[in-house]
Amino acid sequence: MPTPPSVAMHGICKRFGAVQANDAVDLTVAPGTVHGIVGENGAGKSTLMSILYGFYQADAGSIEVEGRPARIRGSREAIALGIGMVHQHFMLVDPLSALDNVMLGAEPHWRLTPARQQVRQRLEALMRDTGLQVRLDRAVEDLPVGERQRLEILKALYRGARILILDEPTAVLTPQETEQLFVTLRALRARGTTILLITHKLKEIIALCDRVTVMRGGRVVLDRAIADTSLDALAEAMVGRRVQLGRPSRAAAEAGAALLEAHDLRWRDALGVPRLDGVSLTLRAGEIVGVAGVSGNGQSELLEVLSGMRAPQQGRLKLADAEFAPGHWLDPARARRLGLAHVPEDRHRRGLVLPFVAWESAVLGHQAQPLFASVWGRMKHAAMRRETAAMMQAYDVRPRDDTLRSSKFSGGNQQKLVLAREASTAPRVLLVGQPTRGVDIGAIEFIHGRLRAMRDGGGAVLVVSSELDEILALADRVLVMDRGRITGELPIGQCTEAALGRLMAGSTAVDVE
Amino acid sequence: MTQPAELPRWMDLVVLPAFNLGVALAVCGIVVAVIGLDPAQVITLLVKGAFGSRSGLSYTLYYATTFVFTGLAVAVAFHGGLFNIGGEGQAMIGGLGTALVALALGPHLGPMLLLPLMVLGAALAGAAWAAVPAALQAWRGSHIVITTIMFNFIASALLAYLLVNVLKEPGNMTLESPPFGAAARLPGVHEALGWVGIDWPRSPLNLALLLAVAAAVGIGMFLWQSRPGYELRATGFSPPAAHYAGIWPRRQVMRSMLISGALAGCVGINELAGVQGRLLLDFVAGAGFTGIAVSLIGRNHPLGIVLASLLFGALYQGGAELAFEIPGFSREMVTTLQGLIVLFSGAMATVAAPWLARLYALFRRQEGGRG
Repeated sequence: MPTPPSVAMHGICKRFGAVQANDAVDLTVAPGTVHGIVGENGAGKSTLMSILYGFYQADAGSIEVEGRPARIRGSREAIALGIGMVHQHFMLVDPLSALDNVMLGAEPHWRLTPARQQVRQRLEALMRDTGLQVRLDRAVEDLPVGERQRLEILKALYRGARILILDEPTAVLTPQETEQLFVTLRALRARGTTILLITHKLKEIIALCDRVTVMRGGRVVLDRAIADTSLDALAEAMVGRRVQLGRPSRAAAEAGAALLEAHDLRWRDALGVPRLDGVSLTLRAGEIVGVAGVSGNGQSELLEVLSGMRAPQQGRLKLADAEFAPGHWLDPARARRLGLAHVPEDRHRRGLVLPFVAWESAVLGHQAQPLFASVWGRMKHAAMRRETAAMMQAYDVRPRDDTLRSSKFSGGNQQKLVLAREASTAPRVLLVGQPTRGVDIGAIEFIHGRLRAMRDGGGAVLVVSSELDEILALADRVLVMDRGRITGELPIGQCTEAALGRLMAGSTAVDVE
Repeated sequence: MTQPAELPRWMDLVVLPAFNLGVALAVCGIVVAVIGLDPAQVITLLVKGAFGSRSGLSYTLYYATTFVFTGLAVAVAFHGGLFNIGGEGQAMIGGLGTALVALALGPHLGPMLLLPLMVLGAALAGAAWAAVPAALQAWRGSHIVITTIMFNFIASALLAYLLVNVLKEPGNMTLESPPFGAAARLPGVHEALGWVGIDWPRSPLNLALLLAVAAAVGIGMFLWQSRPGYELRATGFSPPAAHYAGIWPRRQVMRSMLISGALAGCVGINELAGVQGRLLLDFVAGAGFTGIAVSLIGRNHPLGIVLASLLFGALYQGGAELAFEIPGFSREMVTTLQGLIVLFSGAMATVAAPWLARLYALFRRQEGGRG
């Protein structure tokens, strides 16, 4: 063999309590290739990469890096072997400059001024070589997300990484930023860098990778060159059965009467920055409205205002014949009584009380209903448990254990529980934020089916998602939000990924200039 | 990155605390041995002093009664997501409340009416004292830890002022109010048992014990079986989730602190109506702070708090007995023992959890291998 593989892992086993996270996993990555690793949550791909990066020690198995056997006991040793990792949540110190972030922990001189000079020279050379452009003197908190990610990659390369692990790198990027990242990664590959890409977006695997390893239940179930596989084959290998994710029919549903009308919503944060800048929208019976946009452009605030968690400074809202204006805005309890249900974006912070057992979290927001509480304020535990069991049954929440703490369920099952709870009152209007963030493909299919069923039952559904695929699969009408404004409205028939991407990033592009 | 230890419930609730207590006692034994005493003799005397006689047991229960009130006070606030350091001050003002009721209405009412009013006075006064920091937290975001600490000092100063300038009997040199009337005295347990013909030695243990037990049961039912309790715990665990659920966080801050203050205020019933029969300056004597340790060791659960209160009651009573019996054993040694128990059973309560979890896993695997 002329060149040994960059990474060769043999028979890796790792057990956490009762869970066999990795079960005799073999992985061979050829040098200078992009190797995709896909799998659902809990498939063991993060564990495998954590073992390679030294966060965990394998119970059994061996690792070779560039042909030499390696025992990696910590990230420091991984870096010394030329392995770099870019985490999904960036490991950057926000108030420090980009330059200082690269230097942090690897200062070449005890005085910072000469240290900065040396680091700057090397970084500028590296940026010229790789085409990764980052403004080194800006504080990280002032950099757009795409640039922060380039900084993370740069940081890894600066530390001598020849093997780069990227964990869900596109989760936070716009389609344009994703395309730019791919250009960069292809350029790095051309320079001989080996890239390991962890993702659950199969399209990206097809577009970028040379080879792909699919994991399920801690084992490798497929390992193939990209040319020899397809999207459907990958999805099937991941889930273990055939999945139907796309849109069942291209046609938009027939919309009925307006159930929620919002007019000219305006909300400024404490610093006076307009987060909602004159948003108007109407939700109609029998229609799913999708809100597309890069996270942080007012979608969260829109959901909070519409669900009554936040009162805007200006605007009007009409819901089930009740009118609201600032000063006497809707509140969450009132919203529920008026038939509005809300699946919040952040199920950990809001949708569930994580230390509560499932049957306690399953009545959150409905705790005052006569079904669950007597007039004297006594909670009816039997009824709570009965309803929870029914919800878990109807939404296939696993494990089917209503005494398990909410935090112990996987993301998809938590989301199913929240959705089951919010749908249990047969709401007229349903607001859903990031319905399938961190949710497995199998559960995504299920959740999408439920949302469509709500629409077909005459409900008005608002879906906010940063996943364009999701918007395209669900919505009948798409609103695009950018900087607190609705920058475009398209019926689903006219939506393409490219058109939406342009509307989403209209002004973000100016920012990068 | 270590995974949080996973222990089965029975190990978490029984084995771990027992292990911690064992470690604390072992270290205590070493300290005792270092100063030249026999650890076995000390522990025997301590246990005997606390539980060995009916009189000792009564004292233990009397101390425990006060700790149940202050421990529950800390726990309720904690379930609401608040750290109430102000139990000491709330207890003082609760005592003031009960004393004012006793002094003002004592001459006019019989005990059947007066005593419930005194309980109400203690609870309302304690709650009122907690209400100010609570409101400052809820509406102005002033940190409740800081404000409740400050309110302890204010309570102490207020009590001293009132005793010196308003409540002190003219001509009396000590700082105390005039004695309450006979109707304002909560009967001692020895008296109550005497009514049904049981002979029991005289002790400060009084019927406030029943109030403490009722409070523990009531708080348990409130937290886990009532809707306000559900809302309070939801807020304590996750204010954003509570807000999402239509629960008004400010109301929960007020609710948990008012209940907390009322519980702390009931210390006045045990100490003043039950024992002293008058208002004194330092009748709380640090019990408000001990309540923090009690709640910590009792895992903020009423049953745990009752057990932890018994432990602390036993330490107080057994320690006093020790200081009396062994000349070389000073009051400071008792405090040291208490400190070690707080350290191992409270502050470092989960230190041993990963080891026990590993041991348990090992044990399970062997069982599984055999089976």
